[in-house]
Amino acid sequence: MSEPVISVEHLSKRYVLGHQAANGDGLRHALQNLLLAPRQWLSRRRERRQATHEEFWALKDVSFEVPQGDVVGIIGRNGAGKSTLLKILSRITEPTRGRIAIEGRVASLLEVGTGFHQELTGRENIFLNGAILGMSKAEIKRKFDEIVAFSEVEQFLDTPVKRYSSGMYVRLAFAVAAHLEPEILIVDEVLAVGDAAFQKKCLGKIQDVSSHGRTVLFVSHSMPTILRLCKRVILLQRGAVAGDGPAEEMTRKYLSSGTDRAAERVWAERDQAPGDDVARLHAVRVRNAQGAVTESIDISEPFEIEVEYWNLQDRIKPTVSIHFLNEDGVLLFVTNDFVNPQWWSSARRPGLVRSRCLVPAHLLAEGQFFILAALCTYNPDRLHALERDVVSFQTVDQHDLDRVREKYTRVWPGALRPRLEWKVEEI
Amino acid sequence: MARLIIEAGRTERQYWRDLWRYRELFAFLAWRDLLIRYKQTAVGVAWSVLRPFLTMLALTLVMKVSKLKGDGASPVPLFVFSAMLPWQFFSTALSESGTSLITNSNLISKVYFPRLVVPASSVITSFVDFLIAAVFMMGLMIWYHFTLPPPHQFAPPWNVVALPFFVLLTFGASFGVGLWIAALMVKYRDFRFVVPFLVQFGLYAAPVFIMTMDIPDKWRLAYSLNPIVGIIDGFRWCLLGGANALYWPGQAASLAGVAMLIVTGLWYFRKTERSFADII
Repeated sequence: MSEPVISVEHLSKRYVLGHQAANGDGLRHALQNLLLAPRQWLSRRRERRQATHEEFWALKDVSFEVPQGDVVGIIGRNGAGKSTLLKILSRITEPTRGRIAIEGRVASLLEVGTGFHQELTGRENIFLNGAILGMSKAEIKRKFDEIVAFSEVEQFLDTPVKRYSSGMYVRLAFAVAAHLEPEILIVDEVLAVGDAAFQKKCLGKIQDVSSHGRTVLFVSHSMPTILRLCKRVILLQRGAVAGDGPAEEMTRKYLSSGTDRAAERVWAERDQAPGDDVARLHAVRVRNAQGAVTESIDISEPFEIEVEYWNLQDRIKPTVSIHFLNEDGVLLFVTNDFVNPQWWSSARRPGLVRSRCLVPAHLLAEGQFFILAALCTYNPDRLHALERDVVSFQTVDQHDLDRVREKYTRVWPGALRPRLEWKVEEI
Repeated sequence: MARLIIEAGRTERQYWRDLWRYRELFAFLAWRDLLIRYKQTAVGVAWSVLRPFLTMLALTLVMKVSKLKGDGASPVPLFVFSAMLPWQFFSTALSESGTSLITNSNLISKVYFPRLVVPASSVITSFVDFLIAAVFMMGLMIWYHFTLPPPHQFAPPWNVVALPFFVLLTFGASFGVGLWIAALMVKYRDFRFVVPFLVQFGLYAAPVFIMTMDIPDKWRLAYSLNPIVGIIDGFRWCLLGGANALYWPGQAASLAGVAMLIVTGLWYFRKTERSFADII
């Protein structure tokens, strides 16, 4: 293993809460401050600070090292400290305690299009954004054509970006960032935007960066993306390192945190469950043919995805939508419980509802699958809850008989592996 | 390979080197502000000339109505405008740089660069307006040179060579005050309301309509503690000459005031800068 290029030692970050809320920014305050004598003003400030003294440790004693050329994923639930860690690493904010040593030029991408100005043209924004990200004017000029080619917006280069579609905007913004050529790249969830084709291009670019011996720190909520890009993953939980190891192991640990298995997620408290005043998720489970909750599904047996939710309103008709994604992040298919005609036409009453989606045997290929569960209503279209990677499971192809691959034992490609009927005859 | 250490309170050591590294960003931000300034306006850059012109008209009217004579020799529009020139630079620079951190908050919370770049580039943007107004002033002076009958023909004195010094002084004053306000505004948005007051009242506190000579001697030094007083005196001395003599103790006080503003402004800005991203 080569020398670490990033070493983080006992890093902690404290935020003082409430201070800003107490310090109103209204006109009343402005007038008060203007009229009150300076001495009074100072003493008032002191009081205020005492009254709202409340601490929050966003990071607690975090330590890790990253050797050169590694792509390390950082995962964790919202509020686990991922963003704070990235902000400290990119020097936007200072740590309260601890020390970080970094060898090499760092570029951090916490957002695509930081500093883009709506009124400026694409061309102008390339220069501005490049400078903000730390490129010199000469460097931007040198890479200008490459950036434009990558972004695919040549024809709109002299149009203000406020007239761009959101896709074009993101493409241009990422194109600038992708040409930074740092030794260490820090990336936050920036790939959650843009269309699938462009996302793929961006992921390719990041892989490209890492294959040139550069180090990448990558934060994402998308387990498939993490699995695809990173070999090593650091799992953060409530500001502390909860795990640091191989990506598969850590993503499983992440998915199962809160419950004992990745195949089940339960929100016991209704008020804390994802959702709104119409519907809230209660539980999502993967059950095998025997009805047991399990993360290991036999390819030759049917299984179920079970979603329980609180229906909180009379007459509104929430419906459950499930997305199946494979480990490359490819959305395989979407299915919705309104396909059940009886349920769809029935009157709704407030209470707990269980929707079960029956997946037939011989549909998915071998591998890891991730479920995105959502609650929505249609007409008007509204999204009430959406949880990515809420549960996950592996499919295994283990039976000796009754399988698609029969006696073929090597890799069987494809995201799906349906057992289709073949008619064969001699002619 | 560059080695970077991140530690609480450590940033100081790399700060000034970084400031140099990010000098291009400084130019880019100023360039951006200039570019977007007159986008989607009908008359565009003409606003930069219209603004000082209209102000001059209004102030000349005020002088005429209230029967103020200025310095007694120079034409009244020249008398007012020679004071408006530094005052407008000072007031726009301090309000622009004062709000600059807030208007660029998306940058502050998402990328690292020495934050000093932001208020500094706003002062530059206002300086461009100053230059345009200065050209307007030149036009005005030429106009009065050719239109007034001899021996009243207007001609600037030799003192005009000292003008760059006073421009620099204005620069310093607005940068110093701008630093204070920018840093304070991150924490106390109240200053968003305080700044317009400052600018509005400042106009009357500054010797735009009067000569500093008119102030009773015992108050004059105290009055000169306001750095803008010395600056306006300096501008008049350079551009108009004649009765507009320099009051040396006042000049010294102005210079000291500006130096104080810059030093304390830098100190306060640097002190609070590390928490900008957390509270903005």
